[in-house]
Amino acid sequence: MSLALKTTDLAKSFDIGKRLFGPPRAQVYAVRPVSLDVAQGETLGIVGESGCGKSTLARMLVGLSPPSAGEIEIEGRALDRADPAAFGRLIQYVFQDPVSSLNPRKTIRQIMEAPLRQLHGMRGAALEARIAELFDAVNLRPEFLDRYPHEFSGGQAQRIGIARALAASPRILILDEPVSALDVSVQAQVLNLLADLKVEFNLTYLFISHDLAVVEAVSDRIAVLYFGSVVETGPAEKVFAAPRHPYTKLLADSAPVVGRPLGGAQSGELPDPLNPPPGCAFAGRCPRASALCRAEVPRLRAIEGDQFAACHHPRDA
Amino acid sequence: MKLFLSLLFRNRLAAFGAVVLAIIVILAVLTPLLPLHPPNATNTANRYLRPLADGHLLGTDHLGRDLLSRLLWGTRLSLAVGFAAALIAGLAGAAIGVMAGYFGGRTDNVTMRGIDMLMAFPYILLALAIVAVLGPGLLNALIAVAVVNIPFFARNIRGVTVGIAHREFIDAARLAGMGHARILLTEVVPNIVPVVVIAMSTTIGWMILETAGLSFLGLGSQPPQADLGSMLGEARSALITAPHTSIVPGVMILLIVMSVNLLGDGIRDALDPRLRSGALARPMAATRVDRRDVPPAQGDGLLTIDALDTQFQIGKRIYKAVNQVSLDLRPGECLGLIGESGSGKSVTALSVMGLVASPPGVITGGAVRLEGQDLIGAPYEVLRSLRGRRVAYIFQDPLSTLHPLYRIGDQLTEAIRVHDPVSHAEAHKRAVKLLEDVRIPNAAARMCAYPHELSGGMRQRVGIAMALANDPDIIIADEPTTALDVTVQAQILALLDELRQSRGLAILFITHDFGVVGQLCDRVAVMYGGRIVETGPTAEVLAAPAHPYTRRLIACVPELGQGQRVLAAIPGLPPAVDQLPDGCAFAPRCEKARAACKSGEIALTGATRKVRCLYPEEAHVARAENH
Ligand SMILES: Nc1ncnc2c1ncn2[C@@H]1O[C@H](COP(=O)(O)OP(=O)(O)OP(=O)(O)O)[C@@H](O)[C@H]1O
Ligand code: SF4
Ligand code: SF4
Ligand SMILES: [Mg+2]
Repeated sequence: MSLALKTTDLAKSFDIGKRLFGPPRAQVYAVRPVSLDVAQGETLGIVGESGCGKSTLARMLVGLSPPSAGEIEIEGRALDRADPAAFGRLIQYVFQDPVSSLNPRKTIRQIMEAPLRQLHGMRGAALEARIAELFDAVNLRPEFLDRYPHEFSGGQAQRIGIARALAASPRILILDEPVSALDVSVQAQVLNLLADLKVEFNLTYLFISHDLAVVEAVSDRIAVLYFGSVVETGPAEKVFAAPRHPYTKLLADSAPVVGRPLGGAQSGELPDPLNPPPGCAFAGRCPRASALCRAEVPRLRAIEGDQFAACHHPRDA
Repeated sequence: MKLFLSLLFRNRLAAFGAVVLAIIVILAVLTPLLPLHPPNATNTANRYLRPLADGHLLGTDHLGRDLLSRLLWGTRLSLAVGFAAALIAGLAGAAIGVMAGYFGGRTDNVTMRGIDMLMAFPYILLALAIVAVLGPGLLNALIAVAVVNIPFFARNIRGVTVGIAHREFIDAARLAGMGHARILLTEVVPNIVPVVVIAMSTTIGWMILETAGLSFLGLGSQPPQADLGSMLGEARSALITAPHTSIVPGVMILLIVMSVNLLGDGIRDALDPRLRSGALARPMAATRVDRRDVPPAQGDGLLTIDALDTQFQIGKRIYKAVNQVSLDLRPGECLGLIGESGSGKSVTALSVMGLVASPPGVITGGAVRLEGQDLIGAPYEVLRSLRGRRVAYIFQDPLSTLHPLYRIGDQLTEAIRVHDPVSHAEAHKRAVKLLEDVRIPNAAARMCAYPHELSGGMRQRVGIAMALANDPDIIIADEPTTALDVTVQAQILALLDELRQSRGLAILFITHDFGVVGQLCDRVAVMYGGRIVETGPTAEVLAAPAHPYTRRLIACVPELGQGQRVLAAIPGLPPAVDQLPDGCAFAPRCEKARAACKSGEIALTGATRKVRCLYPEEAHVARAENH
């Protein structure tokens, strides 16, 4: 099985308290060195709470935000980080807020034409034909092409966003909370559409969401992010069913499930990014924390088979 | 465009300004064609002729020049210079603002500091300084006026551009392979044009005035060329003996500036999207009530909502946001209200205490009874005394109830003292206790925190503490955890559940998450298209939904622990509540729909479990028969 996407120690830090001249006052890490592999045709789900670095990671992967360190490889080739168009043809992004990702002053046709013209140099009849083909793929009617974004519902706008991403003929699609802004009945339509498109266009997905159930339903493998680091990865059916990292366990217990008593009501919050703890970032909330945890950052390591966790004292299956 | 014009002319003052300005502009444009005396032809024999003199409608000035002719030529020049200055200032300012806002970082920092420096000088001094350097002359006056106005445009446009540059469609354009220049031209600029137009239309009047000012001081147009300012300046010496020479250009300046500003304000208002929704009028203190008959009181619940109808009347459209909704809440009970976006959950909740914005909201029928007392149509004083004290709200965004500029402690004590005139010290003590009750660590110290210093979860706890401040009997919680992370959501839900038990609170809990309802609520009501389609004890409804919509909604929501799977989506969209179909609102999406479903009113039937469907689900029917 060949790799579609590979990151090696990809990291992003932001400067805090920028000054006109001279170095910034401080730096915070939004993403700590992250190494991930995504196989061809796989869906990797990424979950984590707000502020854990999901979107920053995604934006680096598509070239919207330059990494502070680390490498991105797509299908075995390192990416030129300076050229967004180089990213554009290989990897595309679907935004969380479907309406705000469409320019309110352009028709859908103009929106669809941009990637085809800019990335693939298409013109004239070929362009028309390709747009029609894409619109058909996402089950939208061609007469929508001459309308403006505000005339569409969230679900329709998200289909347009997906069609636009597909227009670049990418190999990989980064889906950043693609259904969070949608109604539940429409959410299922879009998720099913994504599943069909993946087969049809032979795509690889990186599916980011804060909704554990949605991620579990669509992913082959899941990576859990906490405070900018991957704390656990594993097959979708195992990660939440038999979490190895205490944080994953907390997440799984917190998700509201019918018929289960209210649980996971454990207090505690994310550490202060300006003043990160020396050891494991979860130590302040972790029932298993030891002196070792507070001193040394745990590395992501294989716990059993293909389940990995960054924890000094992983849970038993 | 038609909408824009109709909005513009609904504003009488703006229409008046437009008419006056149109007349002036037409006159100025036609000036060369009118049979006028040459504006600069002197005739000292005819000095200071009064208006209506023979051959000189407005009289003559100190050199015997025809005032009407000079006025029209002067107006022409002043308007042209004013427009030109506005255009230059607008374009240059917009260009600077767009660059600074789009590129941000150091570019932004440096340009904006420069702009700040320009703005630190008094306006007219700066203009004078520029003219002093360039030398007097109309063109230099124009440049001076344009330059002093650039900072205003640059600041304004930069602000707007920053907002746009962070919108997702700009990222999308970048991913589509567009370069900066193309993004600026095709994505950013079209979105700021309206702002530039508004800024220009509201400032052009001042620029005309400023140019006139410079000319008045002799720094603008040079003799014998007439513009309105220089006419005033020349007439200064004869102010007493021949006042008409001052009054004529003075009135024209007044008319121009007034009409331009009235029109400019009108344009600004008409382009303001908030006014489009018909919210021109001041909002009322409580929702407007316009109901024909009041349903008779029945039952003795704590809170009974009975056949409530709430509509939004916008122009000719009527949105039936809440349609014959009946609910009842008993002490200590948690009732879940579940439905998709736009199904009317929030409007139902807000109607209870008359919090729906009016206009456009109107309660057109039904009753809401708090221990028998009808709240619909109750005087504002009554509603106010009940808000917070008997019925309190928790909203999705706690910032909507917390003021960003006050310490949370002060806000809490204030909330306590509104309904209970206790001493400050006593209120403070109670506020700390409330924060402890909602599990805020280090409560006494947190009293001094501002809302923005707290995390989302903490803020929502403070929101809950605010709701609890006056020991209400009922809490209406509108998606209080939707914006929160799962782990924080779990904490808040556990807290609410505990407070319910310890204080005997009744909770109306609005959500779109079945998992949350399943864990928290005793009973649940499902809304679709403004109507309740099913209610019953939570466990029963979730286990055997009776309404096809409920069943399919549950089926299309993934639940943790079911693994990778294909979801059973519901095709189509929820209905728009301004054009509800006849009969069942779900019929267009329902696979069981038959002819009977598409006409008439379908009633909500049943005892403890009610369903609004002609062909309810078999599982439910079977269950009902077994009972
Ligand atoms: N101020 C308003 N002016 C006009 N229409 C409104 C206004 N507020 C709500 N509506 C309309 O009333 C209907 C019901 O809206 P409501 O806010 O109650 O939905 P909801 O069920 O709370 O949805 P959500 O899950 O998105 O919060 C919608 O069609 C909405 O567009
Ligand atoms: S490393 Fe220690 S503190 Fe961190 S999650 Fe594992 S057991 Fe808990
Ligand atoms: S009334 Fe008819 S259309 Fe409506 S839900 Fe029941 S079966 Fe479906
Ligand atoms: Mg709502």
